[in-house]
Amino acid sequence: MKVNGVAHPVPVDPRRLLSDHLRHDLGLTGTHVGCEHGVCGCCTVLLDGAPVRSCLMLAVQAEGHEVTTIEGLAQSGSPLHPVQQAFHECHGLQCGFCTPGFVMSVVGLLREHPDPTPEQVDEGIAGNLCRCTGYASIRRAVHRAAELSKK
Amino acid sequence: MTTRWFGERVQRVEDDRLLRGNGRFTDDIDQGALESVLVRSPFAHARIKSVDVSAARALPGVVAVYVAADLPFGQTDLPILIPHPNLTHGRTQRCLASQVVRYVGEAVAFVVAESRYVAEDAADLVEVEYEALPVVITPEAAAAAAHLVHDDVPGNVAAELLQEAGEVDKAMAAAPHRKRLHLRFERGAASPMEGRAVWARWSAGEHRLTVYDSTQSPTSIRGGLAVLFGLPESDVEVIAPDVGGGFGPKIMLFYPDELLVPFAAMKLRRPVKWTEDRQEHFTAVNQERGQVHEVEVGFDADGRVLALSDDFVHDAGAYTPYGIILPIITAAQVPGPYRVPNYRVRFRDVYTNATPTSPYRGAGRPHACFVMERTLDAIAAELSLDRVEVRRRNLIQPDQFPYEVGVAWQDGNRAIYDSGNYPALVDRTLEMLGPRPAGDHIGMGLSPYVEGTGVGPYEGAHVQVLVSGKVVAATGIPNQGQAHATVWAQIVADQLGVDVADVEVTSGDTRKFPWGVGTFASRGAVTAGNAMHVAAGMVAAKAKRVAADLLEADPADLELEGGQVRVKGSPDRGVPLAAVAVHANPMRYAFGGGTEAATQFTPRPRPGPPLPDGEQPGLEATGYYSPPGSTWASGCHAAYVRVDPKTFRLEILKYVVVHDCGRVINPMVLEGQIEGGVAQGIGGAFYERLAYDSDGQLRNASFMEFLMPYATEIPKIEIDHIETPSPLNPLGVKGAGEAGVIPVGAVLAAAIEEALGVPVTEMPLSPLKLFELSLESQDRGRKSQ
Repeated sequence: MKVNGVAHPVPVDPRRLLSDHLRHDLGLTGTHVGCEHGVCGCCTVLLDGAPVRSCLMLAVQAEGHEVTTIEGLAQSGSPLHPVQQAFHECHGLQCGFCTPGFVMSVVGLLREHPDPTPEQVDEGIAGNLCRCTGYASIRRAVHRAAELSKK
Repeated sequence: MTTRWFGERVQRVEDDRLLRGNGRFTDDIDQGALESVLVRSPFAHARIKSVDVSAARALPGVVAVYVAADLPFGQTDLPILIPHPNLTHGRTQRCLASQVVRYVGEAVAFVVAESRYVAEDAADLVEVEYEALPVVITPEAAAAAAHLVHDDVPGNVAAELLQEAGEVDKAMAAAPHRKRLHLRFERGAASPMEGRAVWARWSAGEHRLTVYDSTQSPTSIRGGLAVLFGLPESDVEVIAPDVGGGFGPKIMLFYPDELLVPFAAMKLRRPVKWTEDRQEHFTAVNQERGQVHEVEVGFDADGRVLALSDDFVHDAGAYTPYGIILPIITAAQVPGPYRVPNYRVRFRDVYTNATPTSPYRGAGRPHACFVMERTLDAIAAELSLDRVEVRRRNLIQPDQFPYEVGVAWQDGNRAIYDSGNYPALVDRTLEMLGPRPAGDHIGMGLSPYVEGTGVGPYEGAHVQVLVSGKVVAATGIPNQGQAHATVWAQIVADQLGVDVADVEVTSGDTRKFPWGVGTFASRGAVTAGNAMHVAAGMVAAKAKRVAADLLEADPADLELEGGQVRVKGSPDRGVPLAAVAVHANPMRYAFGGGTEAATQFTPRPRPGPPLPDGEQPGLEATGYYSPPGSTWASGCHAAYVRVDPKTFRLEILKYVVVHDCGRVINPMVLEGQIEGGVAQGIGGAFYERLAYDSDGQLRNASFMEFLMPYATEIPKIEIDHIETPSPLNPLGVKGAGEAGVIPVGAVLAAAIEEALGVPVTEMPLSPLKLFELSLESQDRGRKSQ
């Protein structure tokens, strides 16, 4: 499988979750694990460009696929990705634990709806739980990200 | 011109690394650590007949399996954190249970293995034989004491406290009107997105125990570990790194893992980690909110409260590690922003066979607010008066501060409100709420509230200007998303005349600052914020003393501005703060970075010893702030809701908040706190209910069934502020962390009651609950016909 553009062998242990493999074998700890039953969305990554729960996938299932994690959005030292920048500007994060999952979901959302309506925003982020922000600032961040992405 | 950062919408300095996935949460730390799993009781109440760990120990990859008998502290009761004379029957659990388990999730054995996967396999092989005992699960059943949770606690009563201000019986008897209410609040859960986690390493060579813990109180954990393991505190370092939300229950000490992980790391001479999974979080992490209130109110024909009596039962859960702080807070906060001339409150804190309770954002206050607001709505209904008007007639007026409630507060002092303007809050809220939307099944709720914040005993801060001119600052309390790194930097930057970007803050790391208490009770801004202000002020004063020599000026004529110490009115006569930091440390050996300027053969500005008598080297200071009493924040929420009369779906049409936490450090951060709090309040009022069955099994221990709101459930929240500064602290600030949650239940109860025309006397609600209430109401209607 390819992770953030780099080829990696899949793990030997067939029951290893993709989330555990990313975090503990590859050291990509930006992908977080909040529930391990596919509800909270903290572990969202892109699989061939589409958001998926990495806690609901075995790592071996990613063989032959391309995985993008939060670390793959902006290189270290380079400017933030427009979605990351928008979350910063709009105070779309507090503790930051759910944030990578939200950012990946929003990247997927904007790919589908580059100029989302408020309803599409709510629907697009309705697979991710945040316990800190009450979502208002995240909604603002999605709209801002749409603006920034067009520039 | 003086730049001020305080009060500005400064964007957060902590965001960049969190957004790039470079945050550092406890489970992100591996470093070859062994991984561990706790074996937990599946019974709510049972005698342990035997524990067999032999098969688990034999599994390849398992390094150790511990039961109580393997622990030197296995027979030690864990501490009662906040003892109280009325907590006559306080009970705490042991690290691992060996005789009786008293709630589902109580820890029985601890497995350490080469990987988490193997540890979980081994945990399945631990055989525990239980003999089930009768279960007590509701507070009502606990108070009736059909069964005992602890054999030696008669009536299941851990504590009882009666307080009275005025003469309630006399005033009640004389009151023209009286009303009784039975009000009930069920358990909910804080559910931070990051569960709990602990990582520990014992460095034998350095004789040093290093613990990373997703705790709200690393300083207390450090003290406790030092006592338990017989180590000097200086050999124990506890770090709360990035913490993925706290909301209260991460300030318990000790959860068993907080002892077992360091113990195993010392014993096995390898780093050990433990990371909770979501299912165990639901039963093993403290919960809150279960209370049952019996209220009687006496009032006059104008709706003024003459006497209020509240007798309530608080669900302690199986143990009382946190003491009786929760019911104490409830007891003090029932009167809220209202004058209650005669007030009596009694509570009994009772044991149940459920997870122990300790503060969860709001901490006893949402229930208190619900009780008072439901009472006022009942008065309005009885007298056919406008609900808002009844509130206005009872509000404490702006000229009545300081206002004494007449009962005890959680810090050991009396509850005394420092400042506020409650009528102004109500006026502004109504203005923002605007006219009622057209349509059927629409209801309005409005609730002002107070929140005792900023409790002591103290916090401290260390501030240092480096020879580069950059500033580092540290405090003991950790951050769980409240933007400490930004708001403390704002406070320090103002004192030192530097840019906020030049101040780097560390919080919750005992290596950087070993003193303090923790992040809880909306106290960070008041305690640590003022400590930062004090410490930075001490640094500024020292910078002026040192610069006065260099500039041949009087310190009183100097100011810190633009990264310089300069003469007021002569901005060209100044020295960079970096140079002042160099000169604050006279030296023999220059080490670069401009430090040659302070060596012994350079011209000295002043005769006498290089370091003046009584002065310490370095441009740094440690300062503390200890509040004389709590600061009382306040606010008012109001909403219009629509309830579908067939599906009972709740639609929040408008939600407004007016908030007063004194002087605002960063409006952007404050609004985030309020928006998040209201969302938690909405969840707690309508979606989140811990559903225990009569066997003490939590039937909805997952996010599939415990329905935390998504964006689709949370409306836009409109927010405004008024500012009545606190007279109690230099910054004039009050706490804000819990404000968003407190009145939401009261507001929604009133609005739903009006929308559906059914009495609402309990929390949380749900579509099903509203359906049941509606049926009951129809039944009553039929019977009375």
